[in-house]
Amino acid sequence: MAYLYLAPALLVFSLFLLWPLLHAVYLSFFEWDGLGVGTWVGLANYGDVLTDPDLRAPFWHALVLVGFFCLVPVTIGLVLASLMTRTAVRGAGFFRSVLFLPQVVALTVVAVAWRDIFAPQGPLNDVLRAVGLDSFARGWLGDASWVLVAIGVVGVWVGTGLCMVLFLAGLSNVGREVYEAARIDGAGFWRELVSISVPSLRGEIAVAVTLTMVAALRTFDLVYVMTGGGPGRASTVPSYEVYQRAMEKGQVGTGVTVALLLTAVILLATVLVNRLAEEKE
Amino acid sequence: MTGRLERSLTYVVLVAAAAFALYPLGLILATAVQPDAIGAAGGIDLGNFATAWREGRFGTYLRSSVIVTACVVVLATLLSSLAGYAFGTMRFRGSTVLFYLLLLGLMVPSEAIVVPLYYDLRGLDLDNTYVSLIFPQVAQSLAFGTFWMRAYFRSSSREVVEAARLDGAGHLRVFWSVLLPMGRPAVLTMMVLFFMWTWNEFLLPLVMITDEGLRTAPLGLAFFKGQYTSGTSLLAAGAVLVALPVVVFYLFAQRHFIRGMVEGSVKG
Repeated sequence: MAYLYLAPALLVFSLFLLWPLLHAVYLSFFEWDGLGVGTWVGLANYGDVLTDPDLRAPFWHALVLVGFFCLVPVTIGLVLASLMTRTAVRGAGFFRSVLFLPQVVALTVVAVAWRDIFAPQGPLNDVLRAVGLDSFARGWLGDASWVLVAIGVVGVWVGTGLCMVLFLAGLSNVGREVYEAARIDGAGFWRELVSISVPSLRGEIAVAVTLTMVAALRTFDLVYVMTGGGPGRASTVPSYEVYQRAMEKGQVGTGVTVALLLTAVILLATVLVNRLAEEKE
Repeated sequence: MTGRLERSLTYVVLVAAAAFALYPLGLILATAVQPDAIGAAGGIDLGNFATAWREGRFGTYLRSSVIVTACVVVLATLLSSLAGYAFGTMRFRGSTVLFYLLLLGLMVPSEAIVVPLYYDLRGLDLDNTYVSLIFPQVAQSLAFGTFWMRAYFRSSSREVVEAARLDGAGHLRVFWSVLLPMGRPAVLTMMVLFFMWTWNEFLLPLVMITDEGLRTAPLGLAFFKGQYTSGTSLLAAGAVLVALPVVVFYLFAQRHFIRGMVEGSVKG
């Protein structure tokens, strides 16, 4: 009886998710251009990803992005949520809605907006020139040493509201009397943040870290629209490499292998973060 | 009570954060209503939207997005509710294994499956169709949906179910006429998330679709730049058109967006 209710979901799930996943594993053992007949190469594709600097670089770039997409928004989100919990803010609902807004806008649109901001004649450089920092003005997305930072800033913009909202929900479960007791003991903002907010938000922090970290590791839309992986290969990331190799360069085996290793990294990181959070509880 | 200094500081920080969040969106909106022609008088020009809609073909792109999103939301909601009902209210062999299998779908990123999926569907002559956009997204959505609905059905009141059964209602009746209507808030939240995810999806259509007439809105936007290098306002107008449906929806149903993201991920 139960199987009748499950059948449609399981059918779609198996055909369009499980099967392609298995097929991906199969393809990763071949060198194939997507058209002709593939050549069996065993684990050579995996070896390539681990040893070829061109294939390792995207993973390092993703790691840099994790710092921006994850650590910065979690930190800012904690501060904002604590501030809003300490002081009864007027218009709290308004601030919450506005800060969460970046989460719902399509990343392609986000990319178009920020591409303009970072443009050589864009608003960011206008501001820098206006305050006399002319030497700092540059084409941010065309500068190999700044391009990842620029994409990272967009990640901060996208993720901060999500973290704040998660933490606000968590802090609303902490009893007011806990804070009041701390106040009476003369605890200031930082003391409260470190001794009450952070410990009671352990679960929410784990969730926020997981969500933003996975988003960072999977970055694709932003890179595709803003930089195309450039300048040179300075901003290429794993997902972008998957697309380029498998769909544009006729290296299906390599592309799929990168995708599978990315999946493994995401699974490992997710498990690790949640283990750490549970252990400390 | 917090001190006056801290109160003021709190507002300063919040206003700064809100300005940071709004600026890029405001910028694109302002660009979109700027007259495009050089030397044109300042002021607001809504003509860019009409031009983007017709000549920029955003009308076509948005139509594709509406079709795909509507199909995904309806199908994924139906399948997730049915599966969630089975997991939440029935005991059967293999339920744990099957449930973990579905959970795997929550963890696997679409990057891992999109390439083999393309070659599978191309082999069946199904690439470049709405089918190639709809079913993979239904599969990904229902992993979350089943999980979400299972939690709802588990928490639903036993007494209600038993009362209905005593009145002679079968499983399907309990599901369709009792529990599903009662769970409207949970179902709506799930549908809102499906809507947002599907509307904003970019990688899947990028891989599957080469026919311009089938491009979804985000895909059309990404390719728009190449064709009209001079039309910054047109591009911005297109971007506004792509973002608008979800943003407007967010303004009216933000409770569902926020609740879904918070509860959905905390339970996960």
